[in-house]
Amino acid sequence: MVLAGLVALVLLAFFAAPPDDEQGDAVRLIFIHVPSAILTYVAFFTTAAGSAMWLWKRSSWWDITAHAAAEIGVMFCALTLFTGSIWGRPTWNTYWDWGDVRLVTTLILFLLMVGYLVVRSSGGDDPAVSTRAAIVGLLAAINIPIVNRSVEWWFDRTLHQKASLTDGKLEDLTLFTLVFGLVVGLLFFVWAMIHRFRVGWLEHQARAEDLDEALEARRSEAAAAGSSASGGEA
Amino acid sequence: MLADIAAVAGKDLRIEWRSRVTASQVIPFAALVLVLFGFALDANRPVLERATPGLFWMTVLFVTNLAVQRSTSIETSDGARRALLLAGIEPVAVFVGKALAVAVELLAVEIVLVGGVLVFYGAEIDDWGLLVLTCVVATMAVAAAGTLLGALVAGIRARETVLPILLLPVLAPVLISATRAFDDALGSVAVQGWAWLGLLAGFGVLNSGLGALAYGVLLEET
Amino acid sequence: MAIISLTGVVALLGRFPGLAGVDLTVEAGEVVLIHGPNGAGKSTLLRVCAGLLRIESGHGQVLGHDVRSERPAIRRSVGLLGHDTALYEDLTVTENLRFWARASRVEEAQVPTALDRLGVPSRIHDVAVRHLSAGQRRRTALAAVVVRRPRLWLLDEPHAGLDAGGRDLVDALVKDASSAGATVMLASHELDRTVDLATRHLAVAGGMVVGDHGPEVDHAR
Repeated sequence: MVLAGLVALVLLAFFAAPPDDEQGDAVRLIFIHVPSAILTYVAFFTTAAGSAMWLWKRSSWWDITAHAAAEIGVMFCALTLFTGSIWGRPTWNTYWDWGDVRLVTTLILFLLMVGYLVVRSSGGDDPAVSTRAAIVGLLAAINIPIVNRSVEWWFDRTLHQKASLTDGKLEDLTLFTLVFGLVVGLLFFVWAMIHRFRVGWLEHQARAEDLDEALEARRSEAAAAGSSASGGEA
Repeated sequence: MLADIAAVAGKDLRIEWRSRVTASQVIPFAALVLVLFGFALDANRPVLERATPGLFWMTVLFVTNLAVQRSTSIETSDGARRALLLAGIEPVAVFVGKALAVAVELLAVEIVLVGGVLVFYGAEIDDWGLLVLTCVVATMAVAAAGTLLGALVAGIRARETVLPILLLPVLAPVLISATRAFDDALGSVAVQGWAWLGLLAGFGVLNSGLGALAYGVLLEET
Repeated sequence: MAIISLTGVVALLGRFPGLAGVDLTVEAGEVVLIHGPNGAGKSTLLRVCAGLLRIESGHGQVLGHDVRSERPAIRRSVGLLGHDTALYEDLTVTENLRFWARASRVEEAQVPTALDRLGVPSRIHDVAVRHLSAGQRRRTALAAVVVRRPRLWLLDEPHAGLDAGGRDLVDALVKDASSAGATVMLASHELDRTVDLATRHLAVAGGMVVGDHGPEVDHAR
């Protein structure tokens, strides 16, 4: 509840923050867009780490974390793409640019996360679904960073501003709001993760209980057959 | 190990040859896609030339989907289920063998596509070396990732729909890089094709590596 | 050392417990008949012993390999005849057998011998499996097991789908394997047939072993 309050607070703050006069009001979207982008990658790395831990240690804790992070991450990714697109229209006169590697990378990441979730939901009761999804997670983990890095290694075709946070050219209040937005976004992320994780954990528990029940039923089947067999032996 | 890889690849290719699906269905399909795009863009020659590399690799993506489906279905057909597992062949050998078979099929189709592009789109090849190497390296990366994904969806219901959903984003970086390299090879855009080829090699190594490691885990899950 | 030793093995088929806690020890040279109603877990038990199925809990070893962590090694050393034929439909009989021989590091010269043993006529050696009858497929599948000369034979309903001659052939194969020192486990409904073959009868129900005795007991019923 406290966190929800904070979220509301920052939404108000966005409207109170001073506009950057070069780009007008549209630039306010940056306060959502940049934190969203950063959190997308936080979620992405969490899923990647969770996938690796599942494959290595068979840890259910990590598996549920990976799943939770993917669900939350896909939301942030969609938000990033959406806000970026709307911001782009008045700023660069286009909703989308296929030549911008960063845009395309984020779209690919989005599709990969959707693919991860599709694999997760397709398993039904199959316990192998965690492994399958984990492999998708790892495929994403190895491919995405390369595409990102390759931008800086060889080519320079992007409409994106270079990392302006590190430039120090931003005005103090804008910088503050940006960081504040990031912090709030992070808190929201953690809060959402905790809740989603709990749901996943409860599902996990429920399945374990189902298994115990099924084993009980199966064993009583065996006991019945065993006693009738020995009864007939006499 | 090498003998096992050869056995698996040989088996897959022999089955493919026996059933003639590649020759009688996949190649005509690829040619058809090329022709259809040609119809759509023919009135606009410069656009067609500019789009050729992209169209080429998109066709390869469609064909990969088909090829991987077939490669996986060989192992999941009624009779042969788990035959590879039972035979006790190392999962890495299975992976490499099956990926090799898929790569061979893809290369066969690509040869036809290059011919098609030369004939139907009037493309001119500036750099044959780059072209051929791009095909080889990109195909390896595509076959590796595709084989891994094929095994991944093998146990899922509705796998024919899930495979393309996964194939596209995983292969997108490879296809984009290959398209850029082709841009250079076909002389339509001044980009550093060889640099893109290097990137392709990177993808190839990474995807093959992950495939080799993860394939065994996948097989053991069943 | 026992050929098979399982303790408290639970194996899942999806979420259903196929095996609900199996304790079993099988010594070398035994011929064990596994019988029980449909759905009892006979096939599941064989698959666990073949290293095909992962176990949920419990532990054990087959042919000296851990049943949890060394399943590929188990698979290489056993010969399983399951419900699937494990044959590639588009390849011929000979091609299938050669594939199995190569995978098991057996010389290909053994292939014709195995096929003859199983009474697979040479006129169909170069026919694709797709075109064979069910009985011929079963015989070919058995030949694939024979050609591997495994130390542990796991046969799931080997008599099913075969004519009278084929059924006698299976019995002869089991006898030969046993005299050669191999261990055989077969799941079958045919109690009478196997009374001369089996040294031990294992009754399975509800995913557990509920009876374990010599063949005379069941035969007397």
